[in-house]
Amino acid sequence: MASGIKDKVAILGMGCTRFGERWESGADDLMVEAFTECLADAGIEKKEIQACYYGIHYDELSMGKSALPVAVTLKLPYIPATRLDNYCATGTEAFRAACYSVAAGVYDIVLALGVEKLKDTGYGGLPLGNAMGASPWMSFANMTAPGMFAQIASAYSAKWGVPMDKIKDAIAHISVRSHKNGVSNPRAHLRSLVTMEQVKAAPMIAYPLGLFDCCGVSDGSAAAIVTTPEIARSLKKNQDLVLVKSLSIAASSGEEEAFNTWDGAHFATTRIAATKAYGEAGIKNPREEVSMMEVHDCFSITEFVTMEDLHISPKGGAYDDIMSGFYDMDGKVPCQIDGGLKCFGHPIGASGLRMIYAFYEQFLDRVPEARKVKNARIGLTHNLGGFPWHNLCSISIIGRG
Amino acid sequence: MSGIVSYGGYVPRYRLNRKVIFKAMGWMDPSTVANARGEKAVANFDEDSITMAVAAGLTALQDRDRSNIEGVYFASTTMPYKERLNAGIISLALGLGDRLRAADFAGGLKAGTTALLSALESVESGRTKNLMVTAADCRLGRPASAEEMIFGDAAAAFLVGNENVVAEFKGSYSLTCDFGDHFRGEFAKYDRKWEDRWVRDAGVDAFIPMVIRGLLDRYGMKINDFKKVIYDCHYAAERNKLNKMLGMPPELEQGNLQAEVGQCGTAQSLLMLASALDMAEPGDRLLVVSFGSGCDALYFEVTENIAKKKQAQSVARCLSNRADLDVYEKYLIWRDILPVEMGLRSEEDVWTRWSLLWRKRLEIIGLWGSRCQSCGTPQYPPQRVCANPECGAVDKMEEYLFSDKPGRILSYTGDMLAPSFNPPAAYGAVGFDGGGRFIFDFTDCKLDELSVGRPVTFSFRRKYYDKLRGISGYFWKAIPVKEVK
Repeated sequence: MASGIKDKVAILGMGCTRFGERWESGADDLMVEAFTECLADAGIEKKEIQACYYGIHYDELSMGKSALPVAVTLKLPYIPATRLDNYCATGTEAFRAACYSVAAGVYDIVLALGVEKLKDTGYGGLPLGNAMGASPWMSFANMTAPGMFAQIASAYSAKWGVPMDKIKDAIAHISVRSHKNGVSNPRAHLRSLVTMEQVKAAPMIAYPLGLFDCCGVSDGSAAAIVTTPEIARSLKKNQDLVLVKSLSIAASSGEEEAFNTWDGAHFATTRIAATKAYGEAGIKNPREEVSMMEVHDCFSITEFVTMEDLHISPKGGAYDDIMSGFYDMDGKVPCQIDGGLKCFGHPIGASGLRMIYAFYEQFLDRVPEARKVKNARIGLTHNLGGFPWHNLCSISIIGRG
Repeated sequence: MSGIVSYGGYVPRYRLNRKVIFKAMGWMDPSTVANARGEKAVANFDEDSITMAVAAGLTALQDRDRSNIEGVYFASTTMPYKERLNAGIISLALGLGDRLRAADFAGGLKAGTTALLSALESVESGRTKNLMVTAADCRLGRPASAEEMIFGDAAAAFLVGNENVVAEFKGSYSLTCDFGDHFRGEFAKYDRKWEDRWVRDAGVDAFIPMVIRGLLDRYGMKINDFKKVIYDCHYAAERNKLNKMLGMPPELEQGNLQAEVGQCGTAQSLLMLASALDMAEPGDRLLVVSFGSGCDALYFEVTENIAKKKQAQSVARCLSNRADLDVYEKYLIWRDILPVEMGLRSEEDVWTRWSLLWRKRLEIIGLWGSRCQSCGTPQYPPQRVCANPECGAVDKMEEYLFSDKPGRILSYTGDMLAPSFNPPAAYGAVGFDGGGRFIFDFTDCKLDELSVGRPVTFSFRRKYYDKLRGISGYFWKAIPVKEVK
């Protein structure tokens, strides 16, 4: 009988680059930067790494397919290296694979590294690339990422009878809060305060989402070295353990897009992945037990409904929690404690690991007092890759040992 | 009895007031003020002759059995493809299958009536029973030319058969004249013409009376035997002259829609015929005359069936479904006359994978999906494994047509980031009545006409244009049903 991942894997070291428009850096530079910090933090030598899982989505914009770019760039000595891509869950997938290989007892020390170089496209927003298969232009609507996610707002408004101006208020609150959290984070891309008025007056990108409802687009890399709790304890005698509590992923089944029941106002995958993650981590009441969250705020409306889909806000009731400050830095469950995708941007392969890094810093008391989450025990990361009707949701729960 | 069983006209929604054109371009040639009256119909950026022909064809096919149609003819001088049967795309889009004959009729503007004649005579011969004839044009005059004002975009379609005809085909007379009034060479995008005075004196005044007299003589008739005489001539003063020459009282003249649509090429006399049928009474005799590289004259007699078979005044309905195209430059950009910056996103290579399109031709061109024979769930695109989580049957699907099902908006947006000829790019999830859903572009509407729950219909449109290879790709878009107050 499978017993899950809880407390079977510890994080030995992590690294995370500054995220941003890294005009001076290619994917290789970013990988070296994240890996160097990660290796030093782990306090081991490169040759002790037994396997590597490498996450990147837009290989065509970076260094090509396969895991060879990471192996060759970092001069990993002929170890098993595997490339993973699972849309926006890519970084988390690299971490998940590394954790499973350790938990399976196949390896002792494994590297997970995610990277994405987006700012070589010449335009804003994510490239469509070949993400949607051979010939999406033949029948897919003239879609962009903001337009795909923006549609949740119209469907949510219709389903719950929440007028669009109230939704606009709540999603503006989300963006203002994230900017506030990110402003003092040296690794964040966007580090400025914005006001509700600025957010609501910003140019429209995809109705009803304005510019500040969209996360940044940036380059970045993040890495983790994972091992068994026993090895971590022996190598880090004077340090708390950071343990993996659960790793959950749910992929759309085709029901949302091709059957007739999905309401367009929630993420079916998130609801399922969350329930499984809480089960694996032994969390009975997430509203009370989760200390902090890093969720996939690719767009503010995504974060809005995710608060419900994670079973923390009541269904149809996210507005009240958001506006009451429940998810603010000084609220009950602070969300986007490092500024989220909103301020970090979303280098796809790196984001999931960057989120884990935010908790890792908290658990090891490495953040200044102003950014500290009080009594943080449990952190939840959430990634949502794809479109609202066709996506993957990955959830990781990380805890102080 | 053979003749027209049903029909449909199509006029695109956008109308460009000719004064707007004159205001923009009159400085170049002030004499174009003579044509600066009324408005011209302009195909949307995602429309062309093929899509307009499909729109007219769908009107003609409304509530009709599509399984017994044996052929599709398409007439146009602005066919999107030189090689690849344009009528073949139309028949797929009309959901008519592939066990039929399809043909393109091109060249002169009389190709529309020639296609109709070919179908009528085929049915008359008894060798075929039901044929679809479509004609559409989208001709371009250069900016500041008279033709820029005179031409309009439109289509017409006729289902020809030998049962339940609304207008019986009684006879015809044809002329073929290698008369170079308008001409376009192999690579021409814009119309060229010879002097108007010569066109009127040596062409219109000669051929139209000649073909009409030919027909009257052949059948021993007089012009007054007709209720309406439909002929293609966009020169307003010349029409008065011709009426006199033909000895026609004014009420016999069928209006040429020049003030509402403009000269619409091969579809011109056929759109006028559709308009005449909208108003016709049993027993009316109609004379239809095309013009361009000669003339065809066709003679019909309206039957008792007209009362029940009227396509709900298809032309009048199209004319009233209108929106101003108030910016001249928008017209230039939609027709690819003026280069426009749409950002790097618009420069993605959109090449057509022909083997993939062949596999998916029913799905993409025809909007066919599948319906599970185990649980009855319609699904689009076609699935092999049923999407109903309670079912999941494998390979129990039957083909299911979605293009004729109404739908409702489930969610929507207007996207300023997506490259579009008419931003914001509006799209959203649409649920088909009866089941099935997909994300469609919305067209022929503004963002504020969209709302969750709003009914939509589906329209065959140009989905993309591969400029590098000159290839048009087609798919379906959703149009919100206009609110009826």
